[in-house]
Parts: sequence; C-alpha cells; structure tokens
Amino acid sequence: MSELILTKALSVGYKQGRNSSPLHSNINVKLMQGEFACLLGPNGAGKSTLLKTFAGFLPKISGDVYINGKNPDKLNAATKARLISVVLTERLMVPNMTVYDLVALGRSPFTGFFGRLTGKDRQLVIKAIGDAGLEGFANRNLMELSDGERQKALIAKALVQETPLILLDEPTAFLDLPSRVEIMHLLKNLAHKKQIGVLLSTHDLDLALQTADKVWLLAAGLPMETGVPEDLVLTNEFRKFFEREGILFDNATGHFTMAGAHVKSIRLIGKGLEYKWVSRALSRQGFTTSDDPFSRLQVEIRSDSQREYILSGPDGVPIRLRTIEDLLEQLKMAEKRQSLTE
Amino acid sequence: MTAIIKKRKHLLRLTILLIIGLILFMLNIALGSVNIPLKEVVKGLLGYETELESWSYIIQRSRLPQAITAILAGAGLAVGGLQMQALFRNPLADPAILGVSSGAGLGVAMVLMMGSFGGFALSALGWIGHLTVTTAAFAGAMAILFLVLLLANRLRDNAMLLIAGIMVGYAASALVGVLKFYSMKEDVHAFVIWGLGSFSSVSWTRMEVFFPVVMVGLIGSLLLIKPLNLMVLGDNYASNLGVNIRMSRFLILACTGLLTAVITAFCGPIAFLGLAVPHLTRGLFKTSNQQVLVPAVMVAGAILALFSNLIARLPGFDGALPINAVTSMIGAPVVISVILNNRKLMAGG
Repeated sequence: MSELILTKALSVGYKQGRNSSPLHSNINVKLMQGEFACLLGPNGAGKSTLLKTFAGFLPKISGDVYINGKNPDKLNAATKARLISVVLTERLMVPNMTVYDLVALGRSPFTGFFGRLTGKDRQLVIKAIGDAGLEGFANRNLMELSDGERQKALIAKALVQETPLILLDEPTAFLDLPSRVEIMHLLKNLAHKKQIGVLLSTHDLDLALQTADKVWLLAAGLPMETGVPEDLVLTNEFRKFFEREGILFDNATGHFTMAGAHVKSIRLIGKGLEYKWVSRALSRQGFTTSDDPFSRLQVEIRSDSQREYILSGPDGVPIRLRTIEDLLEQLKMAEKRQSLTE
Repeated sequence: MTAIIKKRKHLLRLTILLIIGLILFMLNIALGSVNIPLKEVVKGLLGYETELESWSYIIQRSRLPQAITAILAGAGLAVGGLQMQALFRNPLADPAILGVSSGAGLGVAMVLMMGSFGGFALSALGWIGHLTVTTAAFAGAMAILFLVLLLANRLRDNAMLLIAGIMVGYAASALVGVLKFYSMKEDVHAFVIWGLGSFSSVSWTRMEVFFPVVMVGLIGSLLLIKPLNLMVLGDNYASNLGVNIRMSRFLILACTGLLTAVITAFCGPIAFLGLAVPHLTRGLFKTSNQQVLVPAVMVAGAILALFSNLIARLPGFDGALPINAVTSMIGAPVVISVILNNRKLMAGG
C-alpha cells in the first residue's frame, strides 16, 4: 500500500498578483491505493481548488504535495498525464464526437506523434467503455447521451488513461438520483477492483456516507477532517461540521434534519422496516418518535396479518388506518382539534 | 471492428473528394473566357505545341498557376479555420479572427494610399506596385501575427485571446479607414480591387514564394493533429492528457497565422472559405477526429476554391467575378444552416 496523495501543511488558493490569500491552509491528508474518498463541504470551501491543485492545474501556495511520491510541480505534462486523470465539472459538448472517440483520446499519453491507436489501445478503449457501464454505447454521439451516460463516458476516458489516481470534481451534480447512486457505486467498485485511488468532491452527503472508504470534510475556517465515515460520526466530527450550517446530523439514525424542526413527541410501537419508514414519515411532520409510554399520542404498527396502524390519543377510541398517508391525515386533524380545545 | 469500418468509410469519402477535386482542377484549366478545345487543353497542359500559340500561353501562364493558387489558398484557409474553431472551441471562428488579414489590409492600404501624401498614386506604377502590395500585405499580416502571438503568451485564457485578436483586427481596420479618407480616388479603387480577392495574381515567379510558404503551413498543421484533437476538449482536459498547452497553442496560432498571412497577401482577403469549409466537412464525415478532418478539410477547401474560381470565370460574366462575392454566396447559407442545426441540437439535448 502506498500513498497516492500526501500533503504536508499544504495551502491552496488563487494567487492574485503578488499577494496570495490561501483559501485553505495547513491541509494534511493522504489517500491510499485502492481507496475511494469523498470530499465534502459547502460551496466556496475550496473543494475544486484543492482538486485543481492535486491535478496540477493550479500552483499551490505553500506546503508540500506528493502524488504517488512525486512533486507534481516538477513534472511535465506528459508525465503527469500518466499519474493523474481527471473528470471535470465543465459540460463537454463536441459535435460529432462519439463515446469511442472521447475514450480513445484518453490513450493520448501512450500514443505516438500523430496519436494513432494500436490494436491493443483499441481493445483497452472498448474494455474501459464496458468497465464504466456503457457497453454497446461506443458509437453513440456524446450530444445524444443523458448526463449520467456522458459522465460514465468521461469516467471511461479516465480509466483508459491507466493512472493510479483519478480525481473527479462533482461527478454527480446534474444527475438524477438513480444515476447518482450508480456513479458512486461504480467509482467505489473501480477503486477496489483496480486498486486505484479515487477522490471526488460531492454534495451527496447520504451517498458519500454509504459508499466512501474515507470522507474528507472541508469547510472555510475549520481544519480539514478526514477519516472513515463511521469514525467521524462516533467522534462527533460530522455533527460539529454540519452544525454551523444549521443542519443537525442525527448520530443515531445517520439522517440529516433541519435544526429546530422537532418539537412534538409521539410514541411509536413496532419493529423492522415498517418502524423505520413510519418513523421517517412522522419525523417529516415534525414529530420525534420515542418509546415513552407517557406520550400524549401513540401509534402502534400491526404487521402480523394485514398492515395496520393504530392511532390512539389521550381522548377517545383508537383509530385503525391502512396507509401512512391516512395516518398523517388523522394526526393533522387530531392536532387541529387540540388547538381548538386549548 | 467498428473503428475499421468507419476508417474505410472515411477513406472512401476522402477518395471521392479527391476525384471531385481533380475534375474541378481539369475544368478550371479547360474553361475560361477564351474557348479552347479539350484536346488542345490536354496538349497545352502536357507542354506540347497547340494549334494557336496563345492557347498554350493561356493554359501554361494563366490557368494552370491560377488553379494551383486556388488549391493552395483553399486548403490553407480551410485548415486555418478548422484549427481556430478547434482551438477556441467556437464554431464561428475563422482564420481572419486573429486580425491577421486585417493586418494585411493595413499593409496594403499603407503602400497604396500613403502615396497620396507624396503627391502621386502608387497604383500608377503597374507591376512594380503589384509586387510592393504583396510585400506590404505580408509584412502587415506578420506584424499583427507577432502581436497576437505576444498576447497569446501573456493571456492564459483562450476567450480573452479571442477578444484581443478581434480588437487588434478592428484597430487595423480603423487605421485603414483613416487612410482611405485621405487618399486619392485611384488608390482607394486599387485597394477595393485588392479586397475583392483573386487567385489570378500569382505568376510562376511569385509561385516560387507562395508555394513553399503555404506548404510549410499545411505540413505544420498535419504535424499538429494530435494536440489539436485534444484541445477540442478544453485546456484542462488537454493538459491532463499530456499536451503542453502554451507550446501547442503558440504553434497552432503560428501555423494558421502564417497561412492566412501569405494567402491574404497574394490573393487578397478571401472571405468565408475558412469558416464554411470545416462545417461542410464535419457534416460530410460526421466525425470530430482531427486525423480525418485535417486532410479532409484541406481537400474540401481546395474543391470549394476551385469551384468558386470556376463560377467567377463562367463564360457570360465579362472578365472575372470577384472571388469574395462567390465564396460569400456559398459560405453564408452554410453558416446559417450551422446555426439552425446547433439550435436543433440544443432543443433536443
């Protein structure tokens, strides 16, 4: 195992004339071989700037960066091309370019003066298209692809470059939810199978928590935190990190909620999948669920023969309901009655 | 497998284009305001004696160099347009976008019209004046090219460079306007004639300069195919794939600039060829691969130039139509169709 990225007291940012004000300083991180890491943080925290510095597009301000043990500032473009491949946020619109054409350009660091592909290059291109989950798409035009498919084509381009490190700047932005999940799992699997380092920036907190080997947390004015997602949860780093933005991270459920949303409490009896989803629906309505027998309201989930929700309040008979939708409706009415009587 | 089939298709299309080019070349030599029988045309071309001595003279001294000039100018401007469209990732870029042709215009305006300050019209000097015009155009174009290359070294952003190039062009055109205002009628007329463009002013002696310089540009653009292919993806992707951006950009600009400078100097500013031919070729070959496009664009550019030249000299038109009028008539509809197509793609995507 070797470090693909290693930084020591790194400062990144844009130089403006002579004075340079770093966007983020004293960054000490590392990315290991075969590791899938997600860089999380609000807009403007410097996620793209950090990735650009790693890719060598932007000179660092101070400190040290080592990519696979080498200082990228001292490498020429051709050597860097065999070390790092990138997928950028800019939308690629080239008329008439097919998936095959794009991925074939990924072989450029290995081809000769005129960029002609050998038979082996062509095989690798087809294989990379398959590995990225685009089998049969080789002759499709880039302009006709969905955003998710185009993103996969760019991942195939990065794969065929055969670099030990792939950097991706928000590869899941603009994508629909299924495509986001697909891309994240694809990247995780590629990192593990091919034993390459994959670092991406994203805003998909939930997905990053589920899939990432390591999470890098970057926010303006805070030291960068990295670690296995579960460690960051248990050491409360996650909670601390998001608190500043008015978002509460529930360490118990792993869910994000808006601060100050929960005021009412309800007793929920049940288990398993049903319990989880009913609890979620109630939470959306502003209820915290508990096992407190002294709660004013109580919902019991019956799932032995036929699914049933039994709502009982302090006054009157329990109401039997078939769907969560009906349950929420009844709760709203109960609340209204209560506000009238008070 | 599919890649090989595609390659065959491209080769077939390129061969067809070459044949069309050859036919147009022959037509250019066979047709003209003087009617020469086909048999005599072949004779004259191969250097045998023709029935009338003037026929062989017309073919050898007029039509042949004119056709070769059209081929070189068409190929050079078209490949320059392709390079600019790829470098700036802008479908409406053409070789004139660097301001180089405006520089040539400024050079010409200076020699043609500065004379009026000395009290005589340079246009009265005949062929000596003609030679001076070409030299001045080339000098003006190269001066602007160096300015643009200098700017390219300072400006990292391609969009900024594009704007700078256009501005330099405007400034040169403005100076031409000032010169025009103070010039004699005959000199302004001579400038307007130069501005209409023509493939007929390259004699064999001038071909000794024209041919090698254009060849340098054409061969240079063939050598730049690999970086050009990657520049289409944008600077970041290109540099991540091993392209030395600064160096490649410099060489591509120098290549297009040289072609534009020499062609504009010898033939006048030929409009639209450089803009329209890359679009026509892309439409025909349906590829973004510069390995295919660069040679194809050269052949297509030569074809369009030969075709325009043929139309300009069609019997019935007294003398020759200005080349610029013909290329613009063909070029404008092409540009419009490109815009319409783009709109369709945007709506579809």
